[in-house]
Amino acid sequence: MDNALGEPQTILLLGGTSDIGLAIVRELLSPSARTVVLACRDRAKGEQAAAGLRHDNLVVDVMQFDGAATDTHEAFVRDVADRHGDIDLAIVAFAQLGDGEATSKDIEGAAALAHVNFTGAVTATIAVANRLRAQGHGAIVLLSSVAGERVRKANAVYGATKAGLDGFAQGLGDELAGEGVHVLVVRPGFVHSAMTAGMKAAPFATTPEKVAEVTAKGLRSGRRTVWAPGILRFVFMALRHTPGPVWRRLPLG
Amino acid sequence: MPSRRRSLTGWGLTNGTVADVLELPNHEVASALKEAGSRGALVRGLGRSYGDAAQNAGGLVLRLLGAAHQAVLDPQRATVTVPAGVSMDDLLRVIVPRGFFVPVTPGTRFVTIGGAIASDIHGKNHHGEGSFGNHVESLTMLLADGSQVVVGPLQRPELFWATVGGMGLTGVILDATISLIPIETSRMSVDTTRIADLDTLLATMTEGDDDYRYSVAWIDPQAKGRSLGRSVLGRGDHARLDQLGPKEAIEPLAYDAKQLVTVPPLVPRMGFINHATVAAFNEMWYRKAPRHRVGELQGIATFFHPLDMVSRWNRIYGAHGMLQYQVVVPFGAEETMRGVIERFAASGTASFLAVLKRFGPGSLAPMSFPAPGWTLTLDVPAATGGLGDLLHSLDRLVLDAGGRHYFAKDSVTTPEAIRRGYPRLAEWKAIRDAVDPTGLWQSDLSRRLGLTD
Repeated sequence: MDNALGEPQTILLLGGTSDIGLAIVRELLSPSARTVVLACRDRAKGEQAAAGLRHDNLVVDVMQFDGAATDTHEAFVRDVADRHGDIDLAIVAFAQLGDGEATSKDIEGAAALAHVNFTGAVTATIAVANRLRAQGHGAIVLLSSVAGERVRKANAVYGATKAGLDGFAQGLGDELAGEGVHVLVVRPGFVHSAMTAGMKAAPFATTPEKVAEVTAKGLRSGRRTVWAPGILRFVFMALRHTPGPVWRRLPLG
Repeated sequence: MPSRRRSLTGWGLTNGTVADVLELPNHEVASALKEAGSRGALVRGLGRSYGDAAQNAGGLVLRLLGAAHQAVLDPQRATVTVPAGVSMDDLLRVIVPRGFFVPVTPGTRFVTIGGAIASDIHGKNHHGEGSFGNHVESLTMLLADGSQVVVGPLQRPELFWATVGGMGLTGVILDATISLIPIETSRMSVDTTRIADLDTLLATMTEGDDDYRYSVAWIDPQAKGRSLGRSVLGRGDHARLDQLGPKEAIEPLAYDAKQLVTVPPLVPRMGFINHATVAAFNEMWYRKAPRHRVGELQGIATFFHPLDMVSRWNRIYGAHGMLQYQVVVPFGAEETMRGVIERFAASGTASFLAVLKRFGPGSLAPMSFPAPGWTLTLDVPAATGGLGDLLHSLDRLVLDAGGRHYFAKDSVTTPEAIRRGYPRLAEWKAIRDAVDPTGLWQSDLSRRLGLTD
């Protein structure tokens, strides 16, 4: 159970090695936290991440999870609940970035990316949502991206998966509004992390820690959507309405 | 019996969770419990505990209907038998005009009798008369296996004392027989003293409390330095007939507690409570109090339930709600209590109307909160920045001094803090598990604090 300050006791991170996901976990750890479950494809990397979190009063459980294996998601969430009880907060953070414009020409690569980033994220989120609905409380954080707000030519497939996931999350949030379950959509801009290592930073680039701060604040105040950094909300308000010929020429990386 | 899926919070309006809520009379409880699933069931009274004690996320929550006219008063023995769902407000309207008062009342009369027992509530008379459970003669309970039993200090005393302060986790209290205080009048004779600092307050209470049935101090939680702990100490007893003036003596037992205004639901998101408004209020509260006044006649509501005059006052804290931090530290740990007040004052937290009370001996109930020592209570807006760090650090101070938290107020602390503060927890769990082996009784509080693990 969360306490009155919104400090969760049990956190499930789907995408247990995600830099942003782990930063959100660290931001939300308090003396109330009892269990963190890192759900990852790569156990060894998960164990490394777990070592960075563990302390005397905190159990960190690394569990095998494959975002692409959609038929395992329901059983996985049941397994988490059987082992650790109520899930107070689930963070859906797994995604692949793909290879930019190359992915837009590669049919199989595009299918795989769309499957993990969209289909897998949707099925995993539904599995979590069903559990939270049954337990009558909880929160889900979904990592969307500004890339989905207006999809760019440089990463059309990735951007489209985030656009789709963002839309799904908003609809789900409305559906769960009366069920004691809070859905928060996080839209970061360019984040310096393992996922973007070696890439040229876009304007208003931020860090996983900053995204985590914004996310924690959004959870506490009951927001449905947060942008990181916050200014991007206004930047993209303008970009959404930029005429196509101009939009295509913008140096957005 | 149609149940309704509803979001419930405590009086602090924090941390809402959804449950199937069912309102029903006592005789329908047993069959309703057959509907309970793996998330179990819990009885909720009037929802005046501040945190998550009366919530059961994803499970069943029962509200017992009960009317004060079903109360059976025995004037010879000064007892009343009353359905657990009856409020203290309704009960007082029945018994005060007949010359009786409840043995213990908290700061609000909007609690049920069942809730008063489950939380083993205390009042201004704890130093002399103990908590509510001390005045219960017997209870009729429905247990998890569907059986109905009568328990009391002499009948199955283990189960009785596990139920007193047991937060509804041992079974359903259906009705209770409680002993009452005979009164000659419905007025209180009150002595009020303004006190400049904490040392003087503690000394005054230690020396003089035993001369009064009721005693409590309101502290200005924002006063610092030499004024730390400045306070208004109010002490008194039920007025005798010969203390009333001729006009009041015409109807000595008249009782008509009113609610004057209601805070509307449309409070701004940030509430009305901030450091400036609260500092002004606390200053005013202190200044308006007399330096020393003796034998003032006050009504029951004015003396015991001043906040009840504003209905839904919890709304003034805005969308984020509030919490109440109440702890007890043993005699001898006065410096710890001073440290807690100091840290609150230094943090700039907008807390108003802090209350300090000197407790007498504790009860036999393993989960009862009161213990010999000082109890401090502070209201805090939940949206206060850095509140988590402040409260967790205060918890360490309090626990190191041998203190503990009050379940009816808590909404923040941890299972570790409860294990340390309640050394008889394991004993209570064993009694509980014996009468509820499948874990039917559950609450958000029990999950959060590991009471039923």
